[in-house]
Amino acid sequence: MTKALWRRPEGMSVVFILLSGLILVFIFAPLLKTVTSSGPGTLWGTLLEQDVYTSILLTIYAAFIATLVGLFLGVPLAYILARRSFWGKGFLEGLIDIPIVIPHSAAGIALLFVFGQQFLFGRIFHGLGVDFVNTVAGVVIAMMFVSLPFLIDSAKDGFRGVDVRLEKVARTLGASAWQSFLRVSLPLAWRNIFSGSVMMWARGMSEFGAVLILAYHVPFMGHYPVADSILVADRFASFGLDSARPVTVLVILISLITFITLRTIACRGVRT
Amino acid sequence: MIKIRALKVNLGDFWLEDINLDIEEGEYFIILGPTGAGKTVLLEALAGLYPISQGEIWSDGREISHLYPEKRGMGIVYQDQALFPHLSVKDNIAFGLKFMSYPREKVRERVDDMVGLLKISHLVERNPSTLSGGERQKVALARALATDPRVLLLDEPLSALDPETKEGLQGELRELHHRVKVTVIHVTHDFEEAVALGNRVAVLNEGQIVQVGTPDEVLRRPKSEFVAHFALSRNILSGRAGDGEDGYTMVDVGGIEIRAITELRDEVHLSLRPEDILISRQPLHSSARNSLSGVVADIIPRGAVIYVTVSLPLELTCLITRQSLEDLELRRGMKVWVTFKAGAVHVF
Repeated sequence: MTKALWRRPEGMSVVFILLSGLILVFIFAPLLKTVTSSGPGTLWGTLLEQDVYTSILLTIYAAFIATLVGLFLGVPLAYILARRSFWGKGFLEGLIDIPIVIPHSAAGIALLFVFGQQFLFGRIFHGLGVDFVNTVAGVVIAMMFVSLPFLIDSAKDGFRGVDVRLEKVARTLGASAWQSFLRVSLPLAWRNIFSGSVMMWARGMSEFGAVLILAYHVPFMGHYPVADSILVADRFASFGLDSARPVTVLVILISLITFITLRTIACRGVRT
Repeated sequence: MIKIRALKVNLGDFWLEDINLDIEEGEYFIILGPTGAGKTVLLEALAGLYPISQGEIWSDGREISHLYPEKRGMGIVYQDQALFPHLSVKDNIAFGLKFMSYPREKVRERVDDMVGLLKISHLVERNPSTLSGGERQKVALARALATDPRVLLLDEPLSALDPETKEGLQGELRELHHRVKVTVIHVTHDFEEAVALGNRVAVLNEGQIVQVGTPDEVLRRPKSEFVAHFALSRNILSGRAGDGEDGYTMVDVGGIEIRAITELRDEVHLSLRPEDILISRQPLHSSARNSLSGVVADIIPRGAVIYVTVSLPLELTCLITRQSLEDLELRRGMKVWVTFKAGAVHVF
C-alpha cells in the first residue's frame, strides 16, 4: 500500500477549522454546562412533580398534533408550490415564511385577533365546539403557526427533487393523479417531508411567545399545566435559577434525545 | 389509427400550430426535428400530459382530446427513461399492471412475458440506479409495453446512449415493433435514426410540421431548405431555372449550369445528396447529364466514409469510401471531375 504524501495544511483550512471550533463551543458549552448541573436524583424528583410531567407531556402532545395537522394541510400546499407556476407565487412563498421572522409574541397577538371568540374564525370554531384561548387547541395552533414554514419549505424541496416525468410516466401507466401522488411523488419526497416534520415538531416544542399569549394554563390530563418553555420561565421568574435548572435540564434532554433520534431516522441512507 | 386535427399548443415562446397527422395502426412513425422544435411537447400533448389550446386527437375512431392520460392507452418512454428509483426493475414493470385489477398471478405472468421479450430476466431484482443506459432503456420499454398500450410514445429513446448500444437498441426496437405490432410514435433529432427505423417521418420545425413522407422522400425530395439541411443533403444551392435542351431544365447556379428534371422556373433551390455525386480524375463517359470540373478544396474523414469538397468554384460535397480515396489518390488542390444525374438534382 502506498503512503499518501504529507502536505502542510492550507491556511484557509486551518482558519475555517478554528472558526468552526469556536462556533461549536458556543453552541455546546451552555447545553453541556446546564445538562451536567443537576444530578440524576434531582432530575428524577423533578420529573415526578405533577406540574412538570404534565407540562412536558402537554408540550410533546400539542407539538405532535400541530405537526399532524401541519402534514395534512401543509403537504398539499408544498406540492402546489413545487409543481405549479402562478402569479404572486414568490410573494406567497415569502408570506409562508413570515412566522419565522416576526416576534412570536406578536404572532400570538395576531392569532388572538383571528381565533379569539370575539373574532370571525374564533366564533365559527366556537360554534363547532372548539375554543382556542387557554385550551390545548390554542397551544396547538400557536405551535403550528410558528413552525409550519419548516415543514412546508422542506416538503416543497422534496417535491421539487422528484422528476416531474416520473409522475407523467405513472399517469400513462394507468395511475390517476391521486395514485401518482401516493405511489410516486410522496414516497420519493417522504424523507424531506419527514425531516421537515421533525423540524416542525421540534420548533413547536420550543415555542414560548405565541403560546404564552394564546394559551397560558390549559386543561390537560385533569390539571392546568403550562407549556414547558413557559414552566421554565415561570420557575426562573418566581423562584430563581436553582428552581428553574432541573426543569431546564429535563426539557433539553427530552428534546435532544427525541430530536436526534428522529433526525437520524430521517437522514438514514441519505448520501451527501 | 391516430388522427390529429388542427392541434394547437402554447409553448410559451412559440406555438405548436396547425398540426395535422394521420398515423396508421401498427406504423412506426417518426417525428423529426431540431432541439426546441416542440417534439416532446407534441408527444406529451398526445398522451394528455400537456394541455392543448385547440384541435382534436382521435384514437381508433374515438376522440380522446378531453381524456386524462391514464384513459388514453398510450405508454411513454423518455430519453432518460424516468424509471421509478424507489422500485426494483420488477416493480417498475409491474407498476401499471396494479391499476388494471389483475390478480397477482397474472401480474407475475405479464412481467415474465415482458422481461422475456426484452431479454432482461437477469435484471428483475436490481435497482434502476445499478443499470447501464441500455438496460435502463429496455426496462422502460418493458414497463411501457406491459400495460399493452395502443400507442407507444418514444421521446428520443436512443439519444443518451453510446454509439454501440444505440445501434444495438435500434435493431432491437425494429424487432420489437415487428413482434408486438404496436403503433410507435418516435421523436428524434437524428435523421439517420429516423431513416433506420421509421415507416414515415414528419419533420417539425418551430412548432410546425414542414414535411411528411417516407424517409426516402424526405431524404431525396426535401420540400424546403430547412428539411434539406436536416436530411444532411449538404449540397443546397440557389439558382435560376430555365428551359434546357432535350427536355431538361437548365439551372444557372452562380454562372455554372446544372441540368435537372423539373417544371419549376425562375428562382429555385436545388439539393443534391453527397452520395449521388461521382468523383474522378478524368471526365467520365456515362449517361449522367452533369459533368463538371473543379479543384479538391477539402477532404474530411468521417469514420468509414470521407467527405470531399470540390470547388467549381461553387462548392459541392461528395461522399466516397476510404478505398476510393486511396485509389484516386486525392489531394487538396488536385483537379477532378464531378458527375451526377439530372434526376439526382432535387429542385424546390
